[in-house]
Order: sequence, then C-alpha cells, then structure tokens
Amino acid sequence: MPEDKEFKVIGTRPIRHDGIDKVTGRAAYGADIHFPDMLHGKVLRSPYAHARIKSIDISKASSHPAVKCIITSDDLPLVEDTITELGETVINLKYLSDNILASDKALYKGHPVAAVAATDPYAAEEAINMIEVDYEILEPVLDVRQAMEPDAPVLHESLKTESMGKGEDQSQNVASHSQRKHGDLEAGFAAADIIVERDFSTATIHQGYIETHNATAQYNEDGELTVWCSTQGAFGVRDQLSKILKMPVSKIKVVPMEIGGGFGGKVQVYIKPIAALLAMKTRKPVKMTMTRTEVFEGTGPAPGSYIRVKLGADKTGKITAAEAHLIFEAGAYPGSAVGAGSLCIFAPYKIDNLQIDGYDVVLNKPKSSAYRAPGAPNACFASECVIDEICQKLDMDPIEFRLINGAKEGDRRCDGPIYPKIGYLETVEAAQQHGHYAESIDKTPNGKLRGRGVASGFWMNGGGRSSVTINVNADGRINLIEGSTDIGGTRASIAMQAAEVLGLSSEDIMPAVVDTDSVGYTGVTGGSRTTFATGIAAINAAENIRAQMIGVVANHWELKPSDVKFKDGTFLAQKNGEELQMTFKEVAAVAGGPLVGSVTASPGGAGNGFATHIVDLEVDSETGKVDILRYTAIQDVGRAIHPSYAEGQVEGGVAQGVGWALSEGYLYNDEGHMTNASFLDYRMPTSYDLPSIETVLVEVPNPGHPYGVRGAGEVPLVPPLAAIANAVSRAIGVRMTELPMSPDRVLEAMGSI
Amino acid sequence: MSKKTHVQTEINGEGIEFLCEPRQSLLEVLRDELHLTGAKEGCNNGNCGACTVLMGDRIVNSCIVLGVEAEGEKIETIEGIATSEGLHPIQQKFLEHAALQCGICTPGFIVSSKALLEQNPTPSEEDVRFWLAGNLCRCTGYHKIVEAVMDAAKALNTEVADNA
Repeated sequence: MPEDKEFKVIGTRPIRHDGIDKVTGRAAYGADIHFPDMLHGKVLRSPYAHARIKSIDISKASSHPAVKCIITSDDLPLVEDTITELGETVINLKYLSDNILASDKALYKGHPVAAVAATDPYAAEEAINMIEVDYEILEPVLDVRQAMEPDAPVLHESLKTESMGKGEDQSQNVASHSQRKHGDLEAGFAAADIIVERDFSTATIHQGYIETHNATAQYNEDGELTVWCSTQGAFGVRDQLSKILKMPVSKIKVVPMEIGGGFGGKVQVYIKPIAALLAMKTRKPVKMTMTRTEVFEGTGPAPGSYIRVKLGADKTGKITAAEAHLIFEAGAYPGSAVGAGSLCIFAPYKIDNLQIDGYDVVLNKPKSSAYRAPGAPNACFASECVIDEICQKLDMDPIEFRLINGAKEGDRRCDGPIYPKIGYLETVEAAQQHGHYAESIDKTPNGKLRGRGVASGFWMNGGGRSSVTINVNADGRINLIEGSTDIGGTRASIAMQAAEVLGLSSEDIMPAVVDTDSVGYTGVTGGSRTTFATGIAAINAAENIRAQMIGVVANHWELKPSDVKFKDGTFLAQKNGEELQMTFKEVAAVAGGPLVGSVTASPGGAGNGFATHIVDLEVDSETGKVDILRYTAIQDVGRAIHPSYAEGQVEGGVAQGVGWALSEGYLYNDEGHMTNASFLDYRMPTSYDLPSIETVLVEVPNPGHPYGVRGAGEVPLVPPLAAIANAVSRAIGVRMTELPMSPDRVLEAMGSI
Repeated sequence: MSKKTHVQTEINGEGIEFLCEPRQSLLEVLRDELHLTGAKEGCNNGNCGACTVLMGDRIVNSCIVLGVEAEGEKIETIEGIATSEGLHPIQQKFLEHAALQCGICTPGFIVSSKALLEQNPTPSEEDVRFWLAGNLCRCTGYHKIVEAVMDAAKALNTEVADNA
C-alpha cells in the first residue's frame, strides 16, 4: 500500500456511533438488567488466605425465608484434572472450576466457597452469613521468593513443575520454568566494558475498571441458558461456561452488555457460572453483581513480580549480553503472564547474546489475570531501568543508546522470530526531535528535585478470529454486525474501515455488537487485536458487498461485472460511448432486496507495537511525593483509523502506568488479607494527580493490514513504569527498584527515614 | 425486611413519589426502584463518583445518600441533562473530544462538570482537574475529559453572550 494513499474516512475524527447513548445514560450495561421476577445472588467467600474446607453446613441459611437456593462446589459438575483448549488458549479445567467455587481448599482470602439466590440482595447477604464452614486454617505464602523455598507451604499437592516439557526438581509451588537463550552469554559479558545487575520488584496491582463484574442468567425449560454480562469476549464466556457446566456451546447464549472497562480483567469468568447454576436450579432469572471489595479480593489482579536483570555494554554503548530472571505471581492457580513478560523484556533491542528465565509461581493470592500488555510492564520496568543506569555510567544520552541498539526489520527477537517492518526506531527518533526532549529541565527549583526519564516498550499485538456481517438497507445505509465488545471506541474504528472500502461516511454505517447466537465466532476484545482483526473482517465483508453490488449494477446496465468500476463510492462504466454512473445509495435502491455479506477472518501479521515515553517530574524532598510535570508518549500505531481514540488508548495507558509506578499496590497483612480493598485506599490516579499527556502517533504502516493498522491499546502501559522510575532515580540520585514508588519508599531511598 | 418509607421528591423536574427501605441508598432507589440506571455503581462508598447526581445545588455521590434523604429535594440525574432541544453542550463536547472510552464513568463526569460550570463559568485547567478529582476514570487518562469541559465552558459562554 503506498504511503501517500489518500483516505476519505480513515484518519478523520467522526463522533462514535454509541456516543449519544453513553453521554445520556441510556447505554445498557450489565448491572442495568432488570427482570420483574428475578432473584439476587451473593457469594460466600473464604475469610482465610489458605485453609482446608472440612465441611459446609447450609441448614441454617436454607431456613431463611427469602432464600431459594444455595450452592457449593458439590453442585458443579466434576471436571477432569486435564489441560484443555479454551477458545484461543489452554487451561486446566480443574483449576478453572475450583476458582469458581473452592472444593477441597480455599487458596486466597475472597475465594468463593458457596453462593445463595434469594428474593432480594439484602436477604442473600444475610443468608451467606448463616452458612457455617468448618475450616482448617493453613499457613499462607504471599511472596514468590518464599513460595519457591523447599519448605514453603504447598498450595497444590498434585502440582509438578513443568520445565521445558520435563519435570524439574523445584518447590511444588513453581508451576513452570521456561528458558529462552541464544548466542554465548559468557562471551557477551566478557566483551562488556560495563555490567549492571539489579533486582527489581513490583506490587500486585489491579486493572481497576470502574464497572464491577456482573452476570444475569436465565435457564429455560428446553435447556437453553442465556447469560447477560459484562465481558471482553462473549464467545470466551460461552466456552468457559460450556466447560465448567458441561453443557454444549449451542445451548448457551451469551449477551455482551456494554462493558465498563476491562483491560484484560474481564476475560476470565467468576460469577457467571454461579449465576447460571443458580438460574438452572431455581428456573428463575438470577442477577449478580460484585462489590468493589469482591473485585479486589476475588478477581484477577496483575501479577506482582521479582525480576533480576544483568546487562553488559561496551564503551560505545553497544549491548553485548543480557540476562533476566523473571519470577511472577500466578496467584492461586498456575498461569501468570511471565511467558509474555519474558518475550517482551529485551524485545526493543538487537542483542546477540542473551538468556531469559521465567518462573510461574503459585501463592495465596487471587489467580492473576491479564492486564494490558500482560507481563510486559513488569519486565520492561526492570530492563529499561538497567539500561538507564548503564547510560548514566557511560555518560551517554538514553535516546542515543536506544538509537544504537534499537531493533529494526530483519533483526531477531529474543524468542526467535525475525522482525518484519517495525517502527521502534521511528519512535526513538520522534522522541529525540520532540520539543519536550529539546527543552532542558531546571533540576533544582525551590529546593525540589527534578528529573527526566526515558523508556521504551514493546508488545506483540494479536490477530485471531473475528466475524462480521454487513446488511445493506434499501436506503444505502448499512448495518455492521460484529462480535467484538466495544470498550474504547471500536464500533467507530471498525465501521470506518468498512466505510472506506464502500466509499461511505462513518455515519452511513450502523455497527451493532450482538450475542453469540447472532454472529460468528469472535475472539475477545484484548491483545490489541480488535481494530486490526475485526477491522480486517469488516474490510473483507465490505469487499464482498462491493462485489455483489457490482453484479447488481452490471445487471442493471446490461453489462458484464468486469465492465463496472468502483471509485469514491460511485459505480462507473462506459456503454456505447456513454458515461454511466450510480452512487452506492442508488444501487442499494435498485438491488431489490437486502444485500448481505458475512465473513470470518483469522489474520496473522498483527504487526508489533513499540512506544517511547519521556517524563519530567518533581520530587518533594520533605514528603517524598512525586508530581508528574510533563509527559510525552510516542507510539507507532501503524495507521490511526480514528486518531482521537488511538490517542485515548495512549493517554489511558499512561495514566494507568503513573498509578502502577507511584501509588497502586495490594497491601497485605501477615494473614494474607488485603488491607486496602477499596478505591479510597487503593490509589488510582485522579484528574488532579496527572498533567496533560501529549501523544505523538507515529505511523509506520503494518504490511499485514490493508490500511496499515497495528494494535494500539496495550503498549502504552509498557514504558511508563521505567520512564517514571528513571526520572525519580535521576532526580534524587538513588536508583529506585521497587514499585510503587510511594512517598515512604522515596524518602527511604533518600535516606530521610 | 423493615417497613418502607414514603418519599416525595422531584427528579429531573418531575414530581416523584416512591417507597423505600430506610437502608436503601439514593443510588439503589434510582436504579432498582425507579429504573433510572444512568447513575452507575463503581465502589458504593463514595470514592469513584460514577453515581454522581445533583441534589439541590450540591453534587452528591448517590451511593452514600439515603433514599429517604431525597424527601422534599430536587434531584437531577444524567437522564435530565439533555432536553427536547437536544444534548447539553457538555454532552456534545464529550462526544466531539472523544472524552469517553468505555463510558461507565461518563454520566458522573457530565453531572459533575455541569455543576462546576454553573458555579464557575470560566474555570482554569487547574480548576477543572481539582473539581473532577472526585470522579475516577480508568480509560482516558482525563486529558480529553478536561479538554471537553474547558471547551464546553467556552461554548456555554458564547451561548450566554449570544443571548445577551
């Protein structure tokens, strides 16, 4: 595709199709569902971080007059302790099921133990407190390094460490150990003039979506189950329900309501199978919503981590060798993002000699789940901080260092693939040329300490299956039916791609996100895949429609389809020396019936995403508080379909990164209880904590997409942790290695407390 | 279940009567009894602002106001912001500036912003950021929300000038 191609719709900023519903309060989210005869479900959760469930007595609770049904893990079908395919991933069914309702052991505080359906939510809450559970309290383990010790409390007696396909003699809490290496590490370090090695740690944190989890289920007499819910992927929910409840997928309809944020945390199911089971037993609609505390204590946080990085470079700044050990919290069941973190840690650089070891470790915290570029922010925090320290020691500009070492097309990524066309160096060059970088900062105004930090980040981006159906109405406007839930403006970014193909305006397209009975299989809105993969499905469906319309026009003009051309929304032909033309709308009117185009696409070639961020900040040396003064985020998005929403992804990622760097983290007491499970005590940034965020969209078109799109949603969360840590470290003159960099930690680093 | 209380109030300009339990929050009454689901529950303890409504001339987190406290009050919710004339300029500017992503916090931000601009028609960026600090947004990083509110202030002031 030529770079100078002119677009009519792509690159413009139309108003999103679902906008009016969302600014007027009319948009229907999962918790807005109401049935006149519905019951309300509540979950009883373990008050202990680690305990054996000896018995559960529901007799008192059952006598509550408003209670209609009580379930425990005994009511879930027995599932095998086997690895099975689930949508586009693999999972151990026993773990999946045990996380819904604990069977033999409760593995974290907040682990569901039983659930109640009652006629009102207050009664359901009263009833769960009447359930008597006899626990044998066990010692919890809350730190991955302790969990790896040989005498650590064991979570799963049956767990065996998987290490490169073989068993390994490790603590039973180490679920897996992976290793990636190439080149000669020893020779690489021997060739280095400078080596920096450091340990880093990051706290367990949460995605922090504002809408809590919800599910409303109804079960009909014919065995058909319907679940209305908030999810990033309705088909993924259907797959999980099918496996956990042992029901055929075709008996389950999942209706994705509007979703109030997800960031990776609304892929895994929690209360959906519980609502379904309660509905199946009572034959009444059952509605469940989580409280904020339940979300913190019972749903996938992003893993806390310990990472050691050793990096060697020669005097010219060329990296000679790199080594990393990443230990990630899986939570109660195996499956942290350590694999993805291991892929991403050195990905922006061409490194000839490297070794990366990743450990997935279970401990008594909720099962971790994805959070925006899962694993990459933790990993790049460590590697990008070590790079900054090397730059300081070599007295080298950090942008210059990245220009020397940055990966480009043809270089090999640490896990093997050769990079296709990527835009990493373009982001570094854009940073170098930006006014922000050109302007120096006054390091010590008014006794406060100022610093500037730079960091880069990488995310693979995903493809996968998406389906789209386009119906052309007689008035020429089209319905675009899709399965991708719209979290951040994808109705617009997908519709605009179809509009571009058909020469229509964005407003001519009416996108609809529908249930699992009404569209073909579509993967989750996640992995930065939606504008890319569902976009390609929409382009293909639009091309199908265009071909059909050419047939209609040819028929109308009594010509061959090959005689008809399509340009800028107009069908053209020459006949007997006469110029014929019809608009899209005129053709729709003469078509004489609906035109329908349905497509399923499963594109590869997602195109990797890179970003480089610059931050200036100020540290109050009396309080240790960090204030962000200026933030510039530069990212290669391939092609921005709707630039405002591409910028929005970047700005939102930066804000989450500021929280991760400075203020967010699960706090635990010795018993393994989270002590800050509310938005008051778990501190996410407010508008007053942040400055304006300047976004620079770099466009190095992705050859794997007709318009050049690269995923944009995840990589903006990768650089901020290191960028901010580098700035704080430079401001105070002490290397910061633990997140969050809360005021007490900053003061401690400065030797003030 | 405790005895229900009769409450007489005004919501979005209409006289409304409802029955509620003394323990029910105003948010629960709006959503579950009156089916005005535009106000959202994000935390249920007054920290996120997704449930923001106007009570008299004050903005309140309706999750920490009791339903019975609505007696004799004038309540304005997101459902009352647009009129038969069309969207309120704040709503329009949120759309134009792409100041929403998932949209769950948007009703609360719009109600809060309206209260701000009624009290302070020419806020600085600092004023907007300070005022809106009671509303959490996890998607946007606030940048476009602040821009939208500043631009809405400008639009409203132009409207006032044109009418003068």
